[in-house]
Amino acid sequence: MSSSTTERTGYAGRPRQRDGFVGWITTTDHKKIGIMYFVTVLVFFTFGGIESGFIRWQLGQAEQSVLTEEVYNQFFTMHGITMVFLVVMPFSAAFFNYLIPLMIGARDVAFPRLNAFSYWTYLFGGVFLYSSFALGGAPNGSWVGYAPLSTDAVSNMAFYAVGINILGVSSLAAAVNFIVTILNMRAPGMTFMRMPVFIWMALVTNFLLLFALPIIAVALFMLNIDAVFGSQFFEPATGGDPVLYQHLFWLFGHPEVYIMILPAMGIISEILPVNARKPLFGYAAVVFAGAAIGFIGFGVWAHHMFTSAIGPVARSAFALSTMFIAVPTGIKIFNWVFTMWGGKLRFNTPMLFSIGFVSMFTIGGLSGVTHAIVPHNAQQHDTYYVVAHFHYVLFGGALFGLIAGIYYWFPKVTGKMMNEKLGKVHFWTWLAGFNLTFGPMHLSGLLGQPRRTAVLPGELGSTVELYNLLSSLGFVVLFFSALVFLYNLITSTRNGEASGDDPWDARTLEWITPSPTPYENFHVIPTVTHRDEFWHRKYAEDEAGRAIPVPAGAAEDHDAEAAHDEHIHMPDPSYWPLVQTLGFFPFGYGLVFGNFVLIGIGLAWLVIGMYGWIIEPVAEGDDDEPDDAGRTMPTATAGAR
Amino acid sequence: MSTDAATTTLGIDHRKLGMWTFLGSEFLFFGAFVSAYLLYLDTTADGPGVEIFDIPFTSISSFVLLMSSLTMVLAHHAHTKGDMRRMRLWILATAGQGAVFLGGQVFEFNVFVREGLELSTSPFASSFFVLTGFHGLHVFVGILLLASLYALSLTGKIKPNQDVKTEMIGLYWHFVDIIWVVIFTVVYLIPEIAVVE
Repeated sequence: MSSSTTERTGYAGRPRQRDGFVGWITTTDHKKIGIMYFVTVLVFFTFGGIESGFIRWQLGQAEQSVLTEEVYNQFFTMHGITMVFLVVMPFSAAFFNYLIPLMIGARDVAFPRLNAFSYWTYLFGGVFLYSSFALGGAPNGSWVGYAPLSTDAVSNMAFYAVGINILGVSSLAAAVNFIVTILNMRAPGMTFMRMPVFIWMALVTNFLLLFALPIIAVALFMLNIDAVFGSQFFEPATGGDPVLYQHLFWLFGHPEVYIMILPAMGIISEILPVNARKPLFGYAAVVFAGAAIGFIGFGVWAHHMFTSAIGPVARSAFALSTMFIAVPTGIKIFNWVFTMWGGKLRFNTPMLFSIGFVSMFTIGGLSGVTHAIVPHNAQQHDTYYVVAHFHYVLFGGALFGLIAGIYYWFPKVTGKMMNEKLGKVHFWTWLAGFNLTFGPMHLSGLLGQPRRTAVLPGELGSTVELYNLLSSLGFVVLFFSALVFLYNLITSTRNGEASGDDPWDARTLEWITPSPTPYENFHVIPTVTHRDEFWHRKYAEDEAGRAIPVPAGAAEDHDAEAAHDEHIHMPDPSYWPLVQTLGFFPFGYGLVFGNFVLIGIGLAWLVIGMYGWIIEPVAEGDDDEPDDAGRTMPTATAGAR
Repeated sequence: MSTDAATTTLGIDHRKLGMWTFLGSEFLFFGAFVSAYLLYLDTTADGPGVEIFDIPFTSISSFVLLMSSLTMVLAHHAHTKGDMRRMRLWILATAGQGAVFLGGQVFEFNVFVREGLELSTSPFASSFFVLTGFHGLHVFVGILLLASLYALSLTGKIKPNQDVKTEMIGLYWHFVDIIWVVIFTVVYLIPEIAVVE
């Protein structure tokens, strides 16, 4: 193998460093970008956690005013925005980045610089949203941003409209990138029905993003233009219809729910078979159920609006479709249970979190089905019952699955194991704290406790007050549990036990390569002949169908290994994604404050950044190389831009 | 064709597949704006309504924009033949027609504002200006892309064997045209005919 650093020709310099600070900020390597996503998620998770801590402090007792109403509204709004857009979605993106190329047998994503662009846009979008605290107050109209409250100047929701749109640009670019990567960069032999379930779920998720994001972008542009530039989309005085905003928001908002849960479903569909030492039960059913969720997910949005003016026919139709979407979800849950059934289960930390996912998500799913019943829904609307429900699917579901993924793939990223004892302490305290926090909310909600209310009304009685105290105590447990996780993460990164290349006896392609993953991912691109390729390379079957290990070395691609003096071409680092995305700051502030000079500067900055990106020197052998008319050269990153 | 396409799983260049994927998203973007416009068709708050449209004028600028798709195809065809001189000529023609359309839109907006239809007049006015304004922005981006294509083909950054680049920008340009066909029909023609009858 020849070196992957190559000479560049062109107009200006291009960074050559792979290590150190410059190496990180100019990287186009999907693995580094994945790690950067994860670290940024931890920071924003801390912010969102602190906000929720204040919320629980305030609601720990009735009629308590730790925070003023004004600050409380900003905190619960930012808590929701942070956890949805700055934690769960990018947490999934971290896994997409690190794992998609590895699991499909590729050396990077289709557009490495666009990938860096997505990361920086996400980071700056988050910084932009949080800068609102210093610039006249954070958004305070809840994460749904209903008009006409949100078009009111006191709601600070212009920051919400612009901030979420910037984050949307990040997700849209990432969606295009990942879809092309999965469709177009699979290793030879990796047919659709041989793809790991995580890859399938990533594909469905990114199609959901692709089709849901433009709709929220429209809603947010309308909100932005209404609030800052005086248009009348949601202004009832001239005939504008606030319900239009609700439709547009939830037409995005409900697919968004599946955008957040499907990656976690994919993760545990990888972990359960490995730790049950059985193939996934009903692979095709799990895949098609995931795709079905993707389709039906676009047809259930109005169950969020049963108390709005949508009429009885719409209510009935959406009640039916809401019940219907429970079917593919139920199929998945049974498949996971049957995967574990009769398996030789290993109860390590990733497995415990996966089982936690299945059980907690089932509770959240069942309370979700109750929303399909229109009168019941009207009763629960805007109560803590809804808060309990979506925390069971997003915290008990998505977050449990994503944390399972951290424990499972940590050895892949670092070559070290996370401490198992601390992991188990983390799991059990996390499970207990979670249920203590959100379990009682079902009951206090059914007893009438309203959401988004700064002060817990004393007239709800001592039972509701007790439930709230329990919830607040649950937060304390979760807080210490999170500290255990953080401590484990840091100490294991520094001096964890060496894991070896394949610590879990895993089934999928990412474990074929050494751990930690080498820079070029695969010395030789593997040729795939089976679903669960790696397992089939390690094990054959005897007459009774039992797995027997094949002799050491028999799993290698000897033919390919022999023929491997190919030139491995890896994407070069670049300054431009970082430089270009800084332009979102003037552009965003211009849109928030109605300042056309700032908007102009921001747009010019973005366009100039794009030109820098296009004309920066390229590596030898790239098809963009200026003096290279007509030469053909096989490259690992075809058309890398 | 780019030489890279043969090495991909689907046999399509990444950039082309990426552009198709992105355009799939764009359809929903305009779809949502068109829906909002249809909802607010009669919500004029006693201001001007659809009768304000000047169909003959907009028909002419629409025709110019549609013809630009033809020159775009000719530009791509010239590029596949490696005829860069002719390719640049057709690219210039395409961008020029785009600019004529954009000029027509600016003129039209000015006339409407003078006749009392402003962004803040009514939900109808807001949805009209924002929908057609976003389309205009897309045309503007398209012109920028075409101008870049022209300039970079002179510097050698875009080479005779890289017609996938022209094809990709062509895909975007045709998309912007197709969306205008929908907008012209749904926003201008059908409501106007309904008013006349």
